[in-house]
Amino acid sequence: MEPEIAVEGLSKRFGPVSAVDCLSFAVNRGEIFGLVGPDGAGKTTTMRMLAGVMSCDGGRMKVAGHDVAANAEAVKGSISYMPQRFGLYEDLTVDENIRFYADLFGVARTERRERGAMLLKAAGMTEFRDRLAGKLSGGMKQKLGLICALIHRPRVLLLDEPTTGVDPVSRREFWQVLYSLLAQGVTIIISTAYLDEAERCSRLALLHKGRLLLCDTPENLKKRMPGATVVVSSPQARDLRELLAGAEGVSTVILVGAGLHLVVDDADRRVPELKARIQSAGIAFDEITASEPAIEDLFVAYVQGR
Amino acid sequence: MFGRIFHMLLKEFLEVKRDKWERFRLLVPPLIQKVLFGYAATFEVYHVSTAVLDLDHSQESREMVSRFTGNGRFDVEALPSSSQAMRGLIDRSKITVGIRINPQFGELLRKGQTAPLQVIVDGTNSNTALLALDYVGQIAARFSSDYQRDYMNRIFPEYQVMLPSAKMEERPWYNPDLDSQWFFVPGLVGSIALMTIVNVTSFAIVREREIGTLEQIMVTPIRPIEFILGKTVPFFVLGLIEVALVAVAGALWFGVPFRGNPLVMLLGTSLFLISSLAVGLLISTTCRTQQQAFASGFFYLTPAFTLSGFAFPISSMPTVMQWITYLDPLRYYLVVLRGTFLKGTGLAILWPQMVAMAILGVAMFAVSVARFEKSLD
Ligand SMILES: Nc1ncnc2c1ncn2[C@@H]1O[C@H](COP(=O)(O)OP(=O)(O)O)[C@@H](O)[C@H]1O
Ligand SMILES: [Mg+2]
Repeated sequence: MEPEIAVEGLSKRFGPVSAVDCLSFAVNRGEIFGLVGPDGAGKTTTMRMLAGVMSCDGGRMKVAGHDVAANAEAVKGSISYMPQRFGLYEDLTVDENIRFYADLFGVARTERRERGAMLLKAAGMTEFRDRLAGKLSGGMKQKLGLICALIHRPRVLLLDEPTTGVDPVSRREFWQVLYSLLAQGVTIIISTAYLDEAERCSRLALLHKGRLLLCDTPENLKKRMPGATVVVSSPQARDLRELLAGAEGVSTVILVGAGLHLVVDDADRRVPELKARIQSAGIAFDEITASEPAIEDLFVAYVQGR
Repeated sequence: MFGRIFHMLLKEFLEVKRDKWERFRLLVPPLIQKVLFGYAATFEVYHVSTAVLDLDHSQESREMVSRFTGNGRFDVEALPSSSQAMRGLIDRSKITVGIRINPQFGELLRKGQTAPLQVIVDGTNSNTALLALDYVGQIAARFSSDYQRDYMNRIFPEYQVMLPSAKMEERPWYNPDLDSQWFFVPGLVGSIALMTIVNVTSFAIVREREIGTLEQIMVTPIRPIEFILGKTVPFFVLGLIEVALVAVAGALWFGVPFRGNPLVMLLGTSLFLISSLAVGLLISTTCRTQQQAFASGFFYLTPAFTLSGFAFPISSMPTVMQWITYLDPLRYYLVVLRGTFLKGTGLAILWPQMVAMAILGVAMFAVSVARFEKSLD
């Protein structure tokens, strides 16, 4: 079967910056494919080129059977792209926004009514359909964006950090909509900064400075992790990092929120050792436990290992 | 294609309908500007604050002074006692004109000699200064001829002395009272339309960029030209309404006649609006925020006003500047406005202006569309 999205040697430069550098991957129909990487990795640039709103400098893209580079307009009817910040008209109501996007995509009126009602229900927004978009919460705006993006039954959905800054409940509803789309055979590319979201993808591409580092299922990626992860939470995380960097058996120390992630060779052996060491240095800490490696650990370990 | 443009239009009118502030911004400031400018923008000089230093105190000098007080042009507000005091008044901008009558003023006149009348004028505002000097000259000339006639009659009482003279009879066409509001009010229609349309068009597009709907719309099957038309047609309609409103308000409020054919003005306005919309579109391609758009607007609007002949006659500009004025659509529109308002001229005379605006409008619009398409990348 031909992949729904095929990217080969895709490149884009902004002056001296190589935003996307010879990127290649393929996504099958019904897959949810994650793009993961730090800010500036080239996720947004990749999405915009796939959506046909930005020209590429080199390479080939085939999306939903269309050659995007050759004919950007043709692909627009079969896909949907949700930028990091979905543009809603704040002076229009929920229904009017949906209607406007449906009209631009040429969706028939009965189809629009049915599908709009169904999507509003799935997103738990039916009761807000007459509210002005400007008066919605951040999570609801994002869900409305998704509804507008889905009103024309796209074959391919491109989502650029769709849940950044969205509350957990809205995020869960958002993902429920995504799962039902996957079940219908829609193909999704999503970029995300959330690890739990990354782990829900069928496959992940790790991007760094416009290059593809790794591309595999989340499970396989974690298996490649050299060693195990230890998580320490502490109000003095910076001091701890000083203390533990270069300790025996510790290969990587990274700051994550209010704590540290350590990559160690053997968790069972190192946890008691590290605990003793922190206590003797007199640095406050709440907890130290062995943990599943997160995508972020993998990322750092991989980037540092190169 | 027309379906999508239609849906853009529908959305645009819905937005304007919802946004009270936007409606206010479109209608109220232009009318206020109209009235304010209509009153403030005038070339005429009345009530010039004046000081008189009469060192002669003769009958002649008092007669001279009385001619300044009686005509509404000059307000004698100070009677300083010395030249230094008068100088101080000018320095502190208390007065604009100082008149000094020297001690022998009456005596010299009685001897049949020339008596000097010193006039000091604050030249900071050269327009006011020139006009004030002109009026002083007229008053002095009239005083002289009256005095000459009385003088001759006194010497030769047996003759009724006739002094030959030529007198100018003014016949100003189109504006018999030489009311400068008649000159400014039609011009204001054009200036206000330009300012409003450039600003609202650039704001409207920049706002779509700012809130992210521009990028969102571009991933739908809509084409850039469809978006542009959907965005500019409402402002075209709005521009026509605004011009009508400002023109009617100006005519009724200031009593400026409208002698021409409204359809000629409609054609001229339509052609002019194309170039104004193009400028707004062009500005929107280089700006990320509405503030930037507002600031960039000035880069266009200031020279556009200066070079249009709105206030300063184009024929008095240096030759190179005069060439540049040919690129200013407002220049042609002002001719159309003043022609239709005051002279009642029709297409037979105004067609070159129409052609020039059409060429400029289409060219500017094409450049803006090309730039806009590039800016989407
Ligand atoms: N329009 C642009 N002009 C210039 N540089 C850009 C532009 N868009 C992105 N970049 C640069 O390209 C690189 C990748 O950006 P982006 O794709 O936004 O990364 P991400 O979405 O992963 O954070 C960054 O270095 C960014 O500065
Ligand atoms: Mg991004």
